[in-house]
Amino acid sequence: MEWFDNGWGLVLTVFLPLAGAIVLLAIPRTKEDALKGVALVTSLATFAAGVALLGRFDFSRAGELQLGMDVPWIDAIGARFHIGVDGISLPLVVLSTFITLLVVLYSWDHWPEPHNPKLLLALVLILAVGMTGTFVALDLVLFFVFFEVVLLPMYFMIGIWGDRGIREVPVFGWKLEMRLYASLKFFVFTLFGSAFMLLGFLALYFRSGTILPERTFDIVRLSELGAAGAFTGTFAFWVFFALFLGFAVKVPMWPLHTWLPDAHTAAPTVGSVILAAILLKLGTYAFVRISIPILPQEAANWAWLIGLLAVIGIIYGSLACLAQTDMKRLIAYSSVGHMGFVMLGIATLTSIGINAAIIGMVAHGLITGLLFFLAGSMAHRYHTRDMGRLGGNMKLMPVMGVLLGFAAMASLGLPALAGFWGEFMALMASFDPLDGLDPGLFRGFMIAGAVGTVLTAGYMLWMLREVNFGEPADEWLGKEFHDVGTFEWLAWAPLVIATIALGVYPKLVFGMTNDAVVRLVEQAFGG
Amino acid sequence: MGILAAILPSVTLLLAAGGEEGGGVHVSDGGALAQWAWLIVVVPLVVPFLIVFFGKRLPFGGWELAVGTLAFIGLYGTALLLQNAANPIATEFTVEVARIGSYAIEWGWVVDGLSIMMYFLVGVVGFLVFVYAKGYMEGDIRFTWFFASFTLFAGGMLVLVSSPNLIQLIVGWELVGLASYLLIGHYWEDHANVDAANKAFMTNKVADAGLFIGAIIMALSVGSFSFHDALAVVAEGDAGSRLAVFGFWAGLALFVGAMGKSAQFPLHVWLPDAMAGPTPVSALMHAATMVTAGVYLLGRLFPFYLDHAGIFAGGVRPIIMVIGGITLFFMGLLAFVQNDIKKVLAYSTVSQLGYMVAAMGAGAYTAGLFHLFTHAFFKALLFLGAGSVIHAVHSNDMSDMGGLRTYMPKTFWTFVVGTLALIGLFPFAGFWSKDEIIASLYAAGQDGSGAAWFVFALAVGGSFVTAFYMGRAVFLTFFGEYKGHAHPHESPTTMTAPLVGLAVMAAVGGFLNAPGIATPFTEWLAARRFPMGDHHAEAVNWGLAGLVTLVLLVAVFLAYRIFAPDAETQADRDRFEIPVLYPILRRLYYLDDLYLDGVVRPIMGPVARLVLWVDMVVVDGIVNGAGVLARALSRAVRGVDARVVDGFYDGLAATTGGGGSVLRLFFTGKVQQYAALGFAGVVVLAVVFVVF
Amino acid sequence: MTIAQFVVLGAALFSLGLYGAITRRNAVLVLAGVELMLAAVNLNLVAFDAYLADQLVAGQVFTLFIIAVAAAEVGIGIAIVLMIFRNRHSAAVDELDLMRY
Repeated sequence: MEWFDNGWGLVLTVFLPLAGAIVLLAIPRTKEDALKGVALVTSLATFAAGVALLGRFDFSRAGELQLGMDVPWIDAIGARFHIGVDGISLPLVVLSTFITLLVVLYSWDHWPEPHNPKLLLALVLILAVGMTGTFVALDLVLFFVFFEVVLLPMYFMIGIWGDRGIREVPVFGWKLEMRLYASLKFFVFTLFGSAFMLLGFLALYFRSGTILPERTFDIVRLSELGAAGAFTGTFAFWVFFALFLGFAVKVPMWPLHTWLPDAHTAAPTVGSVILAAILLKLGTYAFVRISIPILPQEAANWAWLIGLLAVIGIIYGSLACLAQTDMKRLIAYSSVGHMGFVMLGIATLTSIGINAAIIGMVAHGLITGLLFFLAGSMAHRYHTRDMGRLGGNMKLMPVMGVLLGFAAMASLGLPALAGFWGEFMALMASFDPLDGLDPGLFRGFMIAGAVGTVLTAGYMLWMLREVNFGEPADEWLGKEFHDVGTFEWLAWAPLVIATIALGVYPKLVFGMTNDAVVRLVEQAFGG
Repeated sequence: MGILAAILPSVTLLLAAGGEEGGGVHVSDGGALAQWAWLIVVVPLVVPFLIVFFGKRLPFGGWELAVGTLAFIGLYGTALLLQNAANPIATEFTVEVARIGSYAIEWGWVVDGLSIMMYFLVGVVGFLVFVYAKGYMEGDIRFTWFFASFTLFAGGMLVLVSSPNLIQLIVGWELVGLASYLLIGHYWEDHANVDAANKAFMTNKVADAGLFIGAIIMALSVGSFSFHDALAVVAEGDAGSRLAVFGFWAGLALFVGAMGKSAQFPLHVWLPDAMAGPTPVSALMHAATMVTAGVYLLGRLFPFYLDHAGIFAGGVRPIIMVIGGITLFFMGLLAFVQNDIKKVLAYSTVSQLGYMVAAMGAGAYTAGLFHLFTHAFFKALLFLGAGSVIHAVHSNDMSDMGGLRTYMPKTFWTFVVGTLALIGLFPFAGFWSKDEIIASLYAAGQDGSGAAWFVFALAVGGSFVTAFYMGRAVFLTFFGEYKGHAHPHESPTTMTAPLVGLAVMAAVGGFLNAPGIATPFTEWLAARRFPMGDHHAEAVNWGLAGLVTLVLLVAVFLAYRIFAPDAETQADRDRFEIPVLYPILRRLYYLDDLYLDGVVRPIMGPVARLVLWVDMVVVDGIVNGAGVLARALSRAVRGVDARVVDGFYDGLAATTGGGGSVLRLFFTGKVQQYAALGFAGVVVLAVVFVVF
Repeated sequence: MTIAQFVVLGAALFSLGLYGAITRRNAVLVLAGVELMLAAVNLNLVAFDAYLADQLVAGQVFTLFIIAVAAAEVGIGIAIVLMIFRNRHSAAVDELDLMRY
C-alpha cells in the first residue's frame, strides 16, 4: 500500500472516473448495458478508493495533510501538482464519490429525454473528477482547473436534459425555455465569480514573490504566509473581496443566489442531486481551505458581513420557500437557507462553527440529495411538480410518502438526524464568535438563525401537507402509480441510513474534522 | 486501522458519580439495574422499526410488540422505583459520540429519583393506555402504523427524561414532537387534522427556538452540555462565573422551551387542537408524555432556577410563577364554554400544567412534580373514560350525550373518581398534590413575594374553575336524558380494565406524599446528586385545605344547579351564558385569531410573496438587468466596431476597389490597344528624356 | 553614305510596322508588322555598329540575337494564331479580348 499512501490513492480517486468516461466514449451509443456497466464499475471502484482513503488515513493526525503528492507540474509559473487530504477535505471527498455512485445507480432506469445514456454518464463521471479534484487540490492553479472542470458538464446537463417548460422572466418580459435560461444563467454567474477568483489567485501569486525567493501558488505555503501576517491592508482587502465573489457565487450566498433556483429546478434529477449535494460545497469548502487560512485578518474583518448575508439567506430563503408552488423549486430555495447556516458557522471563525459548517455540508449533501431524488421521481410519475395539483401522495405511493416525510424532517433539522448538528452547532458558535468579532451582532444572528429554524419547519411541514396528506385529487384517481422501485431503493437507502447514522453518531464526521479544524483555527488566529 | 480508533465510540461506560457527592445527599450507584437502564430508552426506539417492518405479519398487527415494550418499561420502572425507595439512587452513564472543539457530545442515561419517577410514570400509564388502545383502535386503517408511532412517542419521552445533557434532551424533545405530529395527524386524509398536527409542531418549534438558545447559552457558560456540570457550577454559587452572567437569559430561554411543550400561556394553543388525534394519544400526551416535558426540565434544572441568592436564574422564577398562574386560571376558564368533552379535558390539562409550573416557580420542587405524578393518573383516566364514552356514542359533543351513567356504569364511576381527584377533593390524589402547591404559593407569599400572593389567589380561584367545568362535564355527560342517536353500551374489558387500574391510583395515589402522614415520594424525588433545597410542608395546612375544599364544593354545587337536569330544563341550560366573558372565551381570548391572522397568514401570504417577488423581480431583475446591460453594451460595441474600426478597413477596401474599377477600364483585352498605349508611353518617355 | 540615311530608313520601316501592327485586324498581318519593327531595329543596330566601328561588334551580336528570337517568336505566334483560328474560325485580333480583366 506504499503507492497508495504516496498520493496515487488520491490520484486514483480523482482520475478513475475520467478513465471511465474515456472508456464510455469508445463504446457505441446503442450498447446501453455496456455503458451502464462501465459507469457502475467505475463509480463503484471510485467509491471503494474513497473508502480505502478512509482506511489509510491516520486519524490521530487528522489535522495534517496526508496521502498526498507534490510534484512539479507547470514549471514556467511554478504551479505544482500538489494534492492531499486532511480531516476537513476527507469527508467531502468520500461524500463526492458516494453521491456519484448513487447517481449512477439511480440513472439505471431513469433517463431524461432526449435519451442518451452515454453522454449523461460520461458527464456525470467528468463532474466527479472536478468535484473530488477540487477537494484534494492544494495548489491554486490546480484548484482553479478542477473548480472550472465542473462547469461545462453541468452546463450541458442542464442545457440538454433540462426542463423544457417556458420560463417567463418578469420585468423584461422574456419567454424562453427554462433549460436555456437556467443553463446560461448558471454558466455566466459562475464564470463571473471565477474571473474574480482567478484575479485573487494571481494577486496572491505575485505578492508571494515579494516575500519568498520565488512566487508560489501553493495553498499550504500561502497559508503559512497568511498565518505569519504577510497579507494585510488594502491588498488583502481586495484579494479577499475577489475570492469572496468567486466562492460566494458558488455557495451561493444572498444576493448572488439567483442562479440556484433556476438551475436546480431546470436540471434533470441527477443534475439537481449533484448540484445540491456536491457543487454547492465547493464554495463553502474554498472559504475554509483558502480564504480563512491565507487571509485570516481579512476573514475577521469581513466576518460580520458574511454572517449578515448568511442570516439574510436563511430567513429570506425560508420565506421564499413558503411562497412556492413548485415542489422542486421549494427544495431549491431551501438550499439557500441551509447553506446560510453553513456560512454562518464559517463566519464565526471558531472551531465549533467550522466543524458545524463541515457536518452541515455533508448533511445537506445527503438530505437535499435525497429530497431532489424524491422530487425527481415524483415528477416523473405525476408529470407535474405543482403542489396545488399534488396531494394524498401517502395514499397513492405510501413508501415514497414516508421517505419524503423522512427527508423533510431531516431537512428541517430534526435532532438525531444529520441535519441537526450543522444547524445547532452553527447557532451555538454564533453566541461566542472569535475574539474581536462583535458578540452582540453575532448573538443577533443566532436569534435570527433560530427564527430561521422555525420558518424551515414551517415550509417543510407545509410541503408535506400539500404533497403527502389529504385526499388525492380527482385527476389521479384510477391511475396506476408504481411505488419506489429497485434502483430507487438502491440509491436512496444508503442516504437514509447515512442520515440516521450521522445523526445518532456524529463522530463519523466530527471524528475527522475536529482536529483539523482546531488546527486550522489555531494556525490562522493563534488559538 | 486508524479509522476504528477514530470512528468507534469509547465503549467504556463512565460511572459518572455516586457516593457522597452533592453535599450530604446519600445516594448509591444503583448497581446492575441502573447500568442496564439504557434498555428502557433503546428498546422503545428500536421497536417502532420492528413494528413497521414486521408488524403486519404478527397476529395482533404489531400491538403485542408495542404493549410488550411498555410492559417492560413499566416493570423496569417499578423495579427501579422500589430500589430507589429502599436505597436512593443517583447516577448517570454516558457514551461519547463526538467531540467538537472542547465540547463532548454524549448519549447517556440518568438514573436518579426524578428520572425513575418518569420511567415509572411513562411505563405504567403508557402500558394501561396501550392496552386500552388495542380496543379503541380495533379496525383502524393504520393500526400497525399507529402503534409504531405510539411506541416512538413513548421512546422519545424516555430519551428526554433519561438525558444527562442538553443535547440528548433536545433530541428527545423533538422526537416527542415528531411522534406527536404523526399521531395528531393520524387521520391525514382530512386536512383539518394535518393542520392540527402542523400547529402542534410549529408551536413547539417556536418554543424549541427558545430551548435551543437557552441550551446554547447554558452550554457555553458552563463549558459543557452536561446537566451535572451546570448544577455543579450552581452548587459552587460563584457570582463571578460565566453562568452567573448569562444565567437569567439561559433560564428564561429554556423556560420558553418548557412553555411550548408544557402548553403555558401564550404557547398553549396547540394542545386543544391536538385532540384531532385518536383518544389514546390524547390520554398519553396529556398525562405522562409530552406536556410533562417542560415541568420535567424545570425539575431537572431546579437548583439553577431556585437560586435563593439570585445569582443564576432566580430572577426568572417570578416570571415562571406568574405565567403558571395565568395559565392555570385563565386557560381553565376556557373549559367553561367547550362542548367537546375532549376539549374540556384539554383545557383542564393546560390549567393543571399551570399549577405545576406555578409550583416550580414558587420553588416547590416536590409539590410540582407530585402534581405531575398524580395528574398523570387521573388525567389519563379521564381521557380514557371520555374515549370510552365517545366510543359508545360516536360523538365528541356533550350535547349528544347525557344520562350515560346507567348505560356504562364502569365508565361512569371511574370517571367520577377521576373528576374528584382532579378537582382535589379529600382524600383523592389531587387533593394532596394540589393542596401542597397552594400551600407552597402561600409560603412563598409569606416569604415576601408579591407575585406569589397574586398567583396564590389565582390558584384558589383555579380550584373553583376546575370544579365548575368538571362538574359541568360530568352532569352533562352522565346525568339527565340521553340525547344522542347511537346506542350507547359499556366498552369492552380491554378498555374498562385500564380505567379501573387508573382509578385506583387516582383514588389513593395521594397518600404517597401526605405531609404529616407519610411522604415517601419526597424522599424518592430527593435522590439527586445535588440537594434540591426546595420547600416542602411538614404537615397539611388544614386551614388552607378547608378554604379550597369550601371553594370547590361551592363550584360543584353551582354546576349541579345549572347543569343537572333535575334543576333546569335543557333549554335553560343552553341559555346559561355570562355576558362579555363567554363570547371572549368562545373566541379563546382571540389568541388563535391573533396567531393565525397576525402571524401565520401574513408570513405565509404577503411576506413570503413579497420576498419571492423581491427575489424574482428585484434581485433576479438586477441579474437579468446586468445581462441586458451587458448585451446592450455588446451591441453598442458592435456598432462602434462595425462603423468606426471596421469602417476604416472597409473604407480602405472600398477605395482600392473603386480605384481598380476605374483602372480596369483601360484593360480591354485588346492587344492592339495595349500596344498602342505602350507606344504612347514610350513616346512620352522619349519626349521626357529628350526635353529634360 | 551618312548615318542619317540609315536612321531615316529605319524610322520609316518602324513606323510602317507600327502602323500595321496596330491597325490590321488579321493576326498574321499584325505579326508581320511586328517583324517589320524588329527589322527596323536591326537596321539601326547594324548601322550604328558600323558607324562606331565597335571592337566588340555588339550591334551585330544583338542583331543576331534579335533575328533568332524573332524567328522563335514568329514560330510560336503563328502557332497560336493557327490554334485560335482553328477554334474560332477567325484570326481577327479585335475579337480576342479573353485577357480582359
